[in-house]
Amino acid sequence: MARTASPRAAEDPAGLGRAGAAAITAPALLVVAAFLVFPALWTLYLGTTNYRLTGFAARHPHGVGLQNYTNVVQDPGFHHSLWLTLEYVLLSAVVGQAALGFAIAWMLRDATGWLKRLIEALVLLAWILPSSVVAFLWVAMLDRDSGTLNALLHTPGTAWAIEHPMAVIIVFNIWRGTAFSMLLYSAALTSVPPSQLATARMFGANSWQQLRDVVFPHIRGHILTNLLLISLWTFNDFTPYQITAGGPNGKSQILPVYIYQTALFDGQMGLGAAISLLMLLINLIVALVYLRLLRERRREPVAA
Amino acid sequence: MTDPSPRAVVAKIGRYTFLSVLLGFFALPMLWLASAPFNAHPTLDVSISSFTLHNFSVLLKDPYALPSLWNSLLLAGGTALLTVGFAAAAAYALSRVRVPGRDGILYTLLLLSSIVTGTAAMVPLFQLAFKLHLIDSRVGVILVFTGGLIPAAIFILKDFTDGTPKSYEESARVFGASPFQIMRHIVLPMIRPGLATVTVWAVVNVWSNFLIPYILVRNPDKYPASVVLYTFYTEGGQPNLALISAFSLLYSIPVVVLYLFVSHRYGFRFHGGIKR
Amino acid sequence: MGAHSARSGNLRTLIAVGAAVAALVAGCSSSSSGSKPAAVNSADQPKNPTLVITANDIAGGKNSNEANWIQKTLIPDFVKAEAAKGITAHVTFRPNGVDDNAYKSKLALDLQSGTGDDVFSLDGIWVGEFADAGYVKPLNQVAGAQVDSWDGWSQITQAVQALGEYQGKRFGVPNGTDARVIFFNKKLFAQAGLPADWQPTSWQDLYDAAAKLKTLPGVTPVQWDGGVPMGEATTMQGFLPLLSGAGGSLWANGKWMKAGTAFTSALGFYQKIYGGGYGDPVLQEDAKGRDKSFTEFAANKIGIYAESDYMWRSVLNPTGGTAPMADRDTDVGYALIPSQTPSSGVKGQGFVSYSGGSDWSINPKTKYPQAAWDFLAFLNSKTETESRISGAPLLTARTDVNQQVLGNDPMLKFATDKVLPITAFRPSQAAYNDVSSLVQKAVADVVGGKSPEQAAAAYEKALEGLVGADSIAAGS
Repeated sequence: MARTASPRAAEDPAGLGRAGAAAITAPALLVVAAFLVFPALWTLYLGTTNYRLTGFAARHPHGVGLQNYTNVVQDPGFHHSLWLTLEYVLLSAVVGQAALGFAIAWMLRDATGWLKRLIEALVLLAWILPSSVVAFLWVAMLDRDSGTLNALLHTPGTAWAIEHPMAVIIVFNIWRGTAFSMLLYSAALTSVPPSQLATARMFGANSWQQLRDVVFPHIRGHILTNLLLISLWTFNDFTPYQITAGGPNGKSQILPVYIYQTALFDGQMGLGAAISLLMLLINLIVALVYLRLLRERRREPVAA
Repeated sequence: MTDPSPRAVVAKIGRYTFLSVLLGFFALPMLWLASAPFNAHPTLDVSISSFTLHNFSVLLKDPYALPSLWNSLLLAGGTALLTVGFAAAAAYALSRVRVPGRDGILYTLLLLSSIVTGTAAMVPLFQLAFKLHLIDSRVGVILVFTGGLIPAAIFILKDFTDGTPKSYEESARVFGASPFQIMRHIVLPMIRPGLATVTVWAVVNVWSNFLIPYILVRNPDKYPASVVLYTFYTEGGQPNLALISAFSLLYSIPVVVLYLFVSHRYGFRFHGGIKR
Repeated sequence: MGAHSARSGNLRTLIAVGAAVAALVAGCSSSSSGSKPAAVNSADQPKNPTLVITANDIAGGKNSNEANWIQKTLIPDFVKAEAAKGITAHVTFRPNGVDDNAYKSKLALDLQSGTGDDVFSLDGIWVGEFADAGYVKPLNQVAGAQVDSWDGWSQITQAVQALGEYQGKRFGVPNGTDARVIFFNKKLFAQAGLPADWQPTSWQDLYDAAAKLKTLPGVTPVQWDGGVPMGEATTMQGFLPLLSGAGGSLWANGKWMKAGTAFTSALGFYQKIYGGGYGDPVLQEDAKGRDKSFTEFAANKIGIYAESDYMWRSVLNPTGGTAPMADRDTDVGYALIPSQTPSSGVKGQGFVSYSGGSDWSINPKTKYPQAAWDFLAFLNSKTETESRISGAPLLTARTDVNQQVLGNDPMLKFATDKVLPITAFRPSQAAYNDVSSLVQKAVADVVGGKSPEQAAAAYEKALEGLVGADSIAAGS
């Protein structure tokens, strides 16, 4: 994604031609145009109406201009949600998943055998189990009376999801999503030439220096892909709803939960759509920040 | 190995402590799934006070439980096939042929996909499916999923196609291979681990989603497992833990099997695509 | 060139579909109003109608009994009854088994698209919203004057009929109702020195009992639903009976009410219970708080619990309940919910309750209004209603059936004889669901430590933002 072909690299090595390229891109573009771009634009249009799923506004929706947006922007609940979401994305994805995923990948890079396979399998299992199932697993584990966590820590009666709702969903999301970062970084690490690491070691570089001077410059592109995707996914992740329901008293009401409650519980589709656009803009800013941070000093990948 | 230095010993102890904590952290929540389905009166704790397979025999008789797993397979399989096929082709083309504004388009699509996968797009998606006569059609559900997943899939796969050396393709071309043959015999094998990973990712996404199949499917014989899981609640919304835990296990097994298969067959990782 | 033509093709599609959108959003407004009954003449109706029936019931899951009954008894019986009239009916049941909000959304999506199933069940509190949206029409406009002359109405009390009414018109036939009471654990009562035939006559009696129960170790004296996660249960089993017992209501004479003394008193009850250590505030904040409360009651850890008869039938039920209590029949007592003081309730009542229930209604776009009405009337006939609840008794909308069938279940008999005559129903207003959310927020604020006055003031402000100052009257 981030790596545009270098000007000197051969263009079109397979002889695809523009027509050929268009032809094999067409199916993806058609599906995306019909089932992604179109409904997304429609949703954005709904954001300028007072449309609701039921009630009078369902029969006679009318344009309200930017009123949904001004309402949302003035709603303290939205500010609160936005702040929680940023906290959630930063701590659970950018710091949690990315760092833990990298740590696992780095530690297990040369390992073989059952321990490596077991750890990878468990981390992946957390990622592939259906979300409603994992939500149930966490609810059971954190339960105040019979939860495994309280039994293990000898803290009977601690209602984790109520006393520390944000911490719970952050740790949950680290548990849930680290696999992707682990996979991506394991792949990335194989692209770091062992000879350069050996050279660095020869000159007495410690682990941190090796990472900084040799590894990170090589995997910038992967870091960018990874951060971009996991931030985006975490931004839109609705699973915490199934654990804390946004509670108690909105203390873990991240934006996807806020939208869900607005759209599905209250049926306020127009308002929900408006919040979706605001979320998209925030995602855009986050993406631009990543691009700036990681793209400018990017190295061209060395073609073999 | 001779006389490890004290520092190395500490590092080794640190490393194994970290790995054990890691194992515990990732395994702990899963204990319930291993115990509750076999408990005659499951609660939220992890114990098997009275072992039984009764919960499963109830599910076997349930008219929707087992067929829903098949439905999930159809939806997930269809979506994964379309997503991976379309996205791989597009990713390859985008990585090999210069299109102005390519990255911008890709980022825009990626951002838009977050809207369509959210709750707010429920009405447009339903109306769209309705206008296209895709209500109660598996194809409709598959297309909606595919549209939402393709941008991220292209994004991931393009990393692989960018990373594969162009020299192979060039040599093949010198020997007179057609673009199709090059894709089939050279590019595809090189990005296969990436395809496998994206396949699992797509399947997992479809496997979990409740809202889209629920609103688009009318005939309960076509409900996927994500929808059927929600039927095991009472009129007042109380979960039937016995059936939910047992069904959760059945519902999880296919994705685990898929992972094991892919992992065994292709190596479930991204490497291999990126050659130096 | 390929890329170019693909792009312009997309553009054209986009424009075409965009136009369709505009037409759709603007065009779902063609409604012919008028309150005259439709001219549906049974003689002109097709002889081979096809009906699709839907409800939030599914065999093996949610409301399994009803789903099985619809599929195995009701539909075959109906087809037979129609055949006797020379009509060959084809009836299909389309089950659902999801959260009520998801079912409501799907129903709304189906109906707004102009399709949807011919006959469907819906919660009584959705009638206003659905009617305003044009998703349902007065039954007599859909199926003609025969609706009003149906003999079943005489067996459904006026109050229960209101479950299917909006602005004085019948949009649905109610088929069931429920009742709020106080359940109590007789074992714990005995330990605390309280009588087994306990019947509080004021809130003070409740506080006194709670104080005695508080002396028992490990026991939460009272569970009175009071959190946002409890959702409608907070409004229905918790707040509304209190408001009613203090002489207030949310809506009266065509207006929403300001938060007056009764409103503040009801919140004061919560302050007394949760501020005074009689209730467990953490349970109210727990996303699974209602499930956990049920489990705790069944495990003899909660003394007093305000709930619907649902708790007796489906939760504590030794056979098939979600938190079964083997000795339910001997260990669980039930009492009427007292007013704040013996005569402070609405209409001077000493005891109060609130009820809800669901309706069956007809899709205004059905091709077979006659058959759909026949089905609705048949479904709610005495025979079929009896057959519906024969396996698992519950309160029906029909007085005759309740009196005959529910005699075997003392709790349901109590609900029929003692509670239904004094019960009240929620306002069938389109804004009800939103107002209810505000109520839940206000209660949660008090449970969380705010003063009743503060919470009431915040409620009033939010209510004004929701419905507009014009729709609000001075409260009680």
